[in-house]
Amino acid sequence: MIPELGHFALIIALSIAIVQGTLPLLGVWLDRPGWIGVAVPAARAQVLFLAISFICLTYAFLVDDFSVAYVASNSNTAQPLMYKISAVWGAHEGSLLLWVLMLGIWGLAITLFSRSVPEVFTARVLAIIGLVGVGFLLFTLGTSNPFDRLFPAPMQGRELNPLLQDPGLAIHPPMLYLGYVGLVVPFAFAIAALLEGRLDSAWVRWTRPWTNVAWMFLTFGIALGSWWAYYELGWGGWWFWDPVENASFMPWLVATALIHSLAVTEKRGTFRSWTVLLSIFAFSLSLLGTFLVRSGVLVSVHAFATDPARGMYILIFLCVVIGASLILFALRAGSVSASAKFEWVSKDTLLLLNNILLTVAAASVLIGTLYPLFLDALGLGKISVGPPYFDTVFVPLMLPLLFLIGLGPLARWKKDRLPRLAAVSRFTLPAAVVLASIALGLLGNLSDIMVWLGLFMAFWIVATALWGVGHQMRGKGARGLSFGFSGMTIAHMGMAVFVVGVTLVSAYDIERDVRMAPGDSIDVRDYRFQFEGVAPHQGANYRATRGTMHVYRDGERVTTLYPEKRYYASQQNPMTEAAIDAGVTRDLYVALGEPVGSGAWALRVYHKPFVQWIWFGCLMMGLGGLTASFDRRYRLAHRVPATRHAGTAPDAAPGVPEGARG
Amino acid sequence: MMRLLIPFGIFIVLIGFLGIGLGLNPREVPSPLINKSAPDFELPMLADPGESLGLEDFKADGVVLFNVWASWCVACRHEHPLLVSLARQNAIPIYGLNYKDERPAALQWLRQLGNPYKASAFDEDGRVGIDWGVYGVPETFLVDARGVIRYKHTGPLTAEAWETELLPRIRQLREQEG
Repeated sequence: MIPELGHFALIIALSIAIVQGTLPLLGVWLDRPGWIGVAVPAARAQVLFLAISFICLTYAFLVDDFSVAYVASNSNTAQPLMYKISAVWGAHEGSLLLWVLMLGIWGLAITLFSRSVPEVFTARVLAIIGLVGVGFLLFTLGTSNPFDRLFPAPMQGRELNPLLQDPGLAIHPPMLYLGYVGLVVPFAFAIAALLEGRLDSAWVRWTRPWTNVAWMFLTFGIALGSWWAYYELGWGGWWFWDPVENASFMPWLVATALIHSLAVTEKRGTFRSWTVLLSIFAFSLSLLGTFLVRSGVLVSVHAFATDPARGMYILIFLCVVIGASLILFALRAGSVSASAKFEWVSKDTLLLLNNILLTVAAASVLIGTLYPLFLDALGLGKISVGPPYFDTVFVPLMLPLLFLIGLGPLARWKKDRLPRLAAVSRFTLPAAVVLASIALGLLGNLSDIMVWLGLFMAFWIVATALWGVGHQMRGKGARGLSFGFSGMTIAHMGMAVFVVGVTLVSAYDIERDVRMAPGDSIDVRDYRFQFEGVAPHQGANYRATRGTMHVYRDGERVTTLYPEKRYYASQQNPMTEAAIDAGVTRDLYVALGEPVGSGAWALRVYHKPFVQWIWFGCLMMGLGGLTASFDRRYRLAHRVPATRHAGTAPDAAPGVPEGARG
Repeated sequence: MMRLLIPFGIFIVLIGFLGIGLGLNPREVPSPLINKSAPDFELPMLADPGESLGLEDFKADGVVLFNVWASWCVACRHEHPLLVSLARQNAIPIYGLNYKDERPAALQWLRQLGNPYKASAFDEDGRVGIDWGVYGVPETFLVDARGVIRYKHTGPLTAEAWETELLPRIRQLREQEG
C-alpha cells in the first residue's frame, strides 16, 4: 500500500510539474496574471508530493519491504539502519528520485528567497525548472520506477553494494546532486532572461548567491567522492580521471568560470552573452554527466546499472533541453549583450583569462572523456584515455590560473597600470619565493622544480590574499571586510591549501607493496610499521579478516592500525577496508592484500604527506562560496530598482578596495 | 547571429557521437588473436590429472568451441544451461578451459549442473588463459580445424549470441572445409 502511495504521489508531482512548466509561460505570453500566479503554489505543491514519494520509498526500506523490487535489490534485513536509508539513493532508480526531489527543493527555495524578483521573472524561472522536472519525472516513471513490485516477494534482499556501505558515500550523492541540480537555477535565470530579452545587473545580482551555493554543494560532493575513493578503494589515490569523476568535474570547472564571469557582468555590465552561455553550459554538462553515467556509453569503475533504453531517453532529453537553450541563445543573445571598453591591464582582462583557462580546461576534460567514444564511433579502434593525458594537459593550464588567483584580486577594474601591479606585489612576490624555497628545503629537495612551482603558487595566493585583507581593513578594521570579499579570500586560500596537498602528495608519497609475516617490520620514512598478523572479526553484515599493525616513531608507539578484508554475503570478492591514521602533515595508510602463505600477507603500506590538505582545501573553497553568498548587497537587492543597468552601477568605480570585492 | 550558432553546431556534432555511442559496446575488446593460430598448450585434464589435453585434440574434431569457465564464476552459471543443451543437440564439440579453479569444486560443479564438455583442461595458475588473452570469465573461442581462432565471445553466451554470432560462422567454416 505505502509503495503505491509513493508511486501515486510521484504521478501527481508529474502532473503538477506539467502545469508549473506551461501555465506560467503561457500566462506571461497572453498576459494572464492568474496563470502567472500559479507558478509559486505549483512549485510548493510539487515539492510536497515529491517529499511524500521519497518518504514512502524510505519507509519501504526501513520495514524491509522486499516486495518492492528496488528495495529487494539494494537492502536486506541485516543491513545497518544508516545504510538502509542511504540505500534509498544507492542505485539508479532511487537516485533519480533524489534528483527530482532536489530539483523540487531548489524550486521551493526560489519561491521563498526571491521575493525581491518581479513576479513575472520568478514565474518564468519556476516554469523552466518545472519543465526540467517534467523531463526527469517522465524518465523516472517511464523507465526507472523505484516502486515497481516484485512477485513473489523474496524472503531476503540482495543488500546494498558493499562499496557503497560507507558514511562518506552515504552523503556524497545528496551533496553532489544538490550541486548538479542547483546549477538549474542559474540556467533557469539565464533562459528567463533570454526569453525576456533583457539582462541587467539586477539579474546577475539574483543569480550570484544561487550559483555560489550550488557550486559549494558541487565542491563538497566531488571532494567527498574523492575522499571515499581514497580510503575505500584501497589504492590510496584520490583522483583517477575516471569518466564518472570527470562527469562531475566538468560542470564544476564551468560553474567556477561562471562565478567569475558573473562578477564581471555585475560590476561592469560586460561578458553578458558569455555569462548566459556559461550558465547554459554548466547545467548542460551536469545533464551530460547524467547521460554518461547512466547510459553505458563509457567504461567506468563506478557506472550505474546501464540500459540503452534509458540512454536513448536521456539523449533525447539532452537534445530538447540543450538544443532549445542554444537556439534561444543564438536568437536572443544579441539583444542582451553590451560592450564596455576596458584596458589590457585590468581586472577585466585577468578575469577573461581566468574564464578562458577554465573553459579550455573543461573542454580538454570533455575531449579526453569522450575521445574513446569518438574513435569507436568512427570505427578507428578502441582506446582508453587515462591520467597521462589529463595530467599533461591540465597542469600547464592550472599553473597560470593559480598565478592569476593571486594577481586578479589586486587588479583594478577597467584600467590598471603595470607599475601599480608591480608595486602591490613588491612584498608578496618575494615572500612567496622565499617561503616556497624554505618549505621545499625542509620537505624535499630544492631541485624539484615542479614542487617548488606548486608551493610558490600556494604561498603567492596566500600572500596576496593576506595583502588584500590588510588593504581592505585599512582605516576601517573588520568592517572593511564584506562577506563577498571574505568569501572570495577564503575560497582562494582554500585553493592554495588544495595545491599544497596535491603538490606534496604527488611528489613525495611513498607506496610500499610488501610481503610481511607476523613480527616483520618495515621502515617507511620516519615510521616503523610492525605487523602482528591477522585475526577473524565479525561485523554487522559481514565477516572480516583484520590485520594488526603497530606503528612506531623513534621507538614510541604512534598508533595501531587495523586494515580489514571484508566478506559480504552478497559479494564474490572481498572488500578492502584500508586503515588510515590521518594527520595534518601526513597520513599513514595500510591496506591488506592477499595471503601469501604461512601466515604472511601482501600489504600495502603508504606514507602520504599532506594528503588531507586536498579535502580541507575543498572544504574551505566551498565555505568561501557560501560566505560570499551572504553578502549584504544580495540581501539589499530588493531596494535596488530592477531596471538599473550594470554599466552605470555606482559601485563600479575603480580602486582596489571596491575592485577586490568582486 | 551565425557566430552565436557555433555552440549549437558543436552540440549537434556531440549529440551525433553520443547517439552512435549508444549502439556500441565499450566493454567489447577485439581480440588480436582473431584469425591467428591459437596458442598451443598442453594441460592436464580436469577429470583425470594423468591425461593431458592440448590444441592437437581439437583438430581431430573440426570446428570446436573452447569455453573458459570456473566454478567461482557467477556468469558461467548463467550460460551453462545453453552449453549443456548445445552439447545434447550435438551442435558442436565443446572443450572447456577450467580457469584458476580448484579441482574438487570444479568437478562438483559439473556433477551438479551437467557436463557439456568433451573434456576440460585444468589451468590452475591461469598461464594458458594469459596466452589466450582471457581477461574475464566466461569467454568462448571458436577454433577451426586448422587450429585458427575465428571468433571470440566475451561474457556469458546467450541464445541470441549463439544464433547471430556463432552459428553463421560455424556454418561458413564447415562449408569451406566441405
